[in-house]
Amino acid sequence: MNNLVILPILIPFLMGVILIFTNKRLSVSRTISVLTALAMLASASYLTYVVYTDGIMALELGNWEAPFGIVLVGDLLSSSLVAVSSLLAVSTLFFIFQTFDEEREKAYFYPFFFFLMTGVNGSFLTGDLFNLFVFFEVMLLSSFILISMGGKKSQLSESLKYVIINTVSSLVFIIGIAYLYAVTGTLNMADLSVKVAELGQEGVLNVIALVFLFIFGVKSALFPLYYWLPKSYVEPPTAIAALFGGLLTKVGVYTILRTYTLIFNQSSEIYFILIVLGGLTMFIGVLGAVSQFDFKRILSVHIVSQVGYMIMGIGINSTIAIAGVFYFLIHNIIVKSALFFFAGATEKVTGTSHLKKMSGLLKTHPYLGWTFFIAAISLAGIPPLSGFVGKFILIVAGFMEGNYFVIAVSLATGLLTLFSMMKIFMTSFWGEVKLPKPEAENVKVGSLIAPIVPLLIFTIVLGVAAEPFYQFSLELAEQIINPEHYVNSVLKE
Amino acid sequence: MNRQRLILHSMTKVVSFIILSFSIFLFFAGHNEPGGGFIGGLMTASALLLLYVSFDIQTIRRVIPFDYVKMIAVGLLLAIGTGLIGMLFGLPFLTQFDDYFQLPILGETHLATALPFDLGIYLVVIGVALLVILTIAEDDS
Repeated sequence: MNNLVILPILIPFLMGVILIFTNKRLSVSRTISVLTALAMLASASYLTYVVYTDGIMALELGNWEAPFGIVLVGDLLSSSLVAVSSLLAVSTLFFIFQTFDEEREKAYFYPFFFFLMTGVNGSFLTGDLFNLFVFFEVMLLSSFILISMGGKKSQLSESLKYVIINTVSSLVFIIGIAYLYAVTGTLNMADLSVKVAELGQEGVLNVIALVFLFIFGVKSALFPLYYWLPKSYVEPPTAIAALFGGLLTKVGVYTILRTYTLIFNQSSEIYFILIVLGGLTMFIGVLGAVSQFDFKRILSVHIVSQVGYMIMGIGINSTIAIAGVFYFLIHNIIVKSALFFFAGATEKVTGTSHLKKMSGLLKTHPYLGWTFFIAAISLAGIPPLSGFVGKFILIVAGFMEGNYFVIAVSLATGLLTLFSMMKIFMTSFWGEVKLPKPEAENVKVGSLIAPIVPLLIFTIVLGVAAEPFYQFSLELAEQIINPEHYVNSVLKE
Repeated sequence: MNRQRLILHSMTKVVSFIILSFSIFLFFAGHNEPGGGFIGGLMTASALLLLYVSFDIQTIRRVIPFDYVKMIAVGLLLAIGTGLIGMLFGLPFLTQFDDYFQLPILGETHLATALPFDLGIYLVVIGVALLVILTIAEDDS
């Protein structure tokens, strides 16, 4: 029992409510927002530290014993993901201060920003499947508002698709939960792990596992359920797209990782399906990126492709593979959002996100160009940056388990990723100076790059100091691959 | 001006009071019997909505000058605040307490911290329901 686990959920929730009162006073709202995000980051980092030294922590909400009450569980995976998402929240806030107009900020933007973070952190920390559904809904409802806020016509039509696909998948989620409850009689994840192992994961339980794969596949944009993602992430303001691209699909990946290592961990067929889906997702995703010529759209299609790597790692399902998935997850949250921020900064300079309408940005804005270059090669997986280490671990794990074909696909995907990132760099940053507006040369972007710098430092440190982070990931993967740790700390047997 | 609506208006005044009192009964029944903040709040909202429908929005806004957004926020604060009480005593978030007290007039009464939590839910539900409906209703102007 320790209330520390709930702080990363409670702080944004409580302050989000208080921000409703200060909505009209912008400077007050901004100050409170920054302090809240920093408090969230501090509590999440402290939680990770405590979990690292003392082991998995479970909190029985309302003092009702597990498996009857709802538990929140902080293990290494969930607490470190909460810490990284809080870091991203801080960066996003500073980027929002620079790019948003007042009208949008006054439309209750900050409360919903923090309600979104409540949902994200809650989804990471909860140890109960129905509670996961509730936090998904908290996250989705806030995201519906953020994605359609201040809408132009195209933005509204894309967000409508986003709303519909997510509502349908929530409906299927609740049906899946009902099936699972009917078969096992419990929704506590630790208890489910025990019950599913006792029953043997066959027949109806495998069907339920596939129902859950459909739901989480929609959330994390797996092949063939990803078509809604690229467009709906292009239309909203860049800061929102960065937050969504960094976090929301990763919540889907996290739930897949959690469910298929903790609950449905008996069937090798499901892992095979995950490998196939991962391979298809990464390859088809990157083909989409190669054919595009819009900065933001290339990035959003890349989200799909990168999710494929993680799903492949979950499918390989060895300790090293899980460590690689975690490494790649952290890397991707950070770098993907950083790239979206760069797209926003470039758009602020040139007024367009179409690559062919701009070139020679490196001459007019060298800092923007070179910092973008770091993030781009990190995403493509060039050493010594974090993308390389993440992919390397995954590929080594794949070789060790003998999944040669999917490894070949992932290497080809890596090459195409490099190609599409270099395409951005070469068409818009190299070459003769050609900007749509003449005054664009004098647009200052220093204040836009500043919030991205912490993220870049993070990706460099994560790459250069790979050894301690890898040891941490291995320890984390050890916890994931042996679910008895999780089960024992929740059920206290 | 509204002579034609005389029957509607007189009926509404009576019926909305019946609904309001039943909603408060439901709200207090909530702890041990069917009822509670959610259903009580919905019923209160429906009583207020009846007033809005039979009179018009401007009139009722003058009579009940609530800002429903603030009402949602106050309700949420109340609910979270009740959850925080447990944390002050080192118990998990949302831990509830209850006991029997001798009160004047009411006699022995069962008091629980679930009640302010439910009151929070009650305010949130009224706020959300009326805010949604009134926003849609005002949209055609």
